[in-house]
Amino acid sequence: MNEIGKVVRDYVIREYVPEGEEREINETTPLISSGLVDSFSMVSLLRFLEKKYAIHIPDADATPEAFDTIERIEALVERFQKATVGSV
Amino acid sequence: MAFSERVRISYQNEVGAIRTAGLFKEERYIHSPQAAGIEVEFPVGSPPRKCINICANNYLGLSSHPDVIAAAHAGLDNRGYGMSSVRFICGTQDIHRELEKRLTEFLGTEDTLLFPSCMDANAGFFEACLTDQDVMIADRLVHASIVDGMRLCKAMQDTFKHSDMGHLQAKLLEHHDKRMRIVITDGVFSMDGDTARLDEMVALAEEHDAMVFLDDSHATGFIGKTGRGTHERRGVFGKIDVITTTLGKALGGASGGCVSGRRELVEMCRQRARPYLFSNSVPPVIVAGALKVLELIGSTTERRDKLEWNAQYWRGLLKDAGFDVKEGDTPIVPVMLYDAKLAQDFARELFDEGIYAVGFFFPVVPKGQARIRTQLSAAHEKHHLDTAIEAFRKVGNKHHILGIGRKELMAMCVA
Repeated sequence: MNEIGKVVRDYVIREYVPEGEEREINETTPLISSGLVDSFSMVSLLRFLEKKYAIHIPDADATPEAFDTIERIEALVERFQKATVGSV
Repeated sequence: MAFSERVRISYQNEVGAIRTAGLFKEERYIHSPQAAGIEVEFPVGSPPRKCINICANNYLGLSSHPDVIAAAHAGLDNRGYGMSSVRFICGTQDIHRELEKRLTEFLGTEDTLLFPSCMDANAGFFEACLTDQDVMIADRLVHASIVDGMRLCKAMQDTFKHSDMGHLQAKLLEHHDKRMRIVITDGVFSMDGDTARLDEMVALAEEHDAMVFLDDSHATGFIGKTGRGTHERRGVFGKIDVITTTLGKALGGASGGCVSGRRELVEMCRQRARPYLFSNSVPPVIVAGALKVLELIGSTTERRDKLEWNAQYWRGLLKDAGFDVKEGDTPIVPVMLYDAKLAQDFARELFDEGIYAVGFFFPVVPKGQARIRTQLSAAHEKHHLDTAIEAFRKVGNKHHILGIGRKELMAMCVA
């Protein structure tokens, strides 16, 4: 898990895991399809990523599939980080 | 032909996938009025059989009450069948406004506007009252209709962990720069049967200059000492800015809903809420029936008291039998089975024993949290519940789940 993954994992635990519940989350743990993060609450994760990494993820790319694991989120963030650098 | 074979097959495949996933919903045909005892045709084509209904929202048992039926008949005779209009053209009768006034008094608010359903009230409110400079902060377990309503609104969406006031406070702080903040919750959460911590929510909202929105559909008529709702139980009657609720559950169970709350917010809905503006008025027959319901429950608490007794008695029966029951003190009593297939099998086998109850599983509830949701009614007599528990016990014994404890039960869970 890279640095982005660790940041995302900490956020997911803080934001979505109910108080007092212990749950192990690794790079491939399903987040959306498991019901841990419902698609509606996914909005706060999207906002967190955009703010933290100063990127903009268009709605078309912010799909439940793209947010389903930390691995995929890492890839998504990296993709848009590059896009942002490229556009400057 | 636009609906080509390719299009047809595509939809057939999609429905097939729903079926394969075990999420296919089938209707059961009821051949009698809604009540504690009903006659059900299931599967389709089989002769109707008598069973005890333990899954209706008929909390106060008023769906087929003779006085409500008589009032509805009178409404039909005196004000006709349909309005053939939306409210603001020529669809508002004196009794529509009368019902709005009665609901305002009952809910302890400033004004009320009827909607075709509470689904519509929730779909219409946010867009009508909030802008892109505002934020909506919702409990993560709010009803799907609120989620839809929020999606239709341009204000920022955020959520807080279910009933977690610390998390809500953090969100209110995070959004201090917004023009308006609104905290959104159900009063009674329909899948778990727990109640919102409205007293703490109101205190937080006051501290952070936020409004409070409450969907009290599973509470209006029976929660609180006089049945006014969750705000009565939590001691914040008169302090909720917006209440949406339904006539489709405890209040006669027909249809219709409302937005009730601060005068200015209700007026904004009258001017801007699209489901109000673009759908027909609630039919006079329902308005007349609902007025009678409010008269009945305004004169005595007998029905909500009986419902409370039934719910306590039923919880006790289930616990004594060794079931894992979600804690709570509402007429929604979830019997936890955790496994989706077990929940489906259990409901089917209960039906074979003459008990109509429904299994709920993902995506309606989180994965591994499958359950039978039982709902009590003031129409249930003790003998209904005594019969029902025997069926539950029989099916529970068959699956060897009685008294085995939550851990072991969860370990049996496959999905």
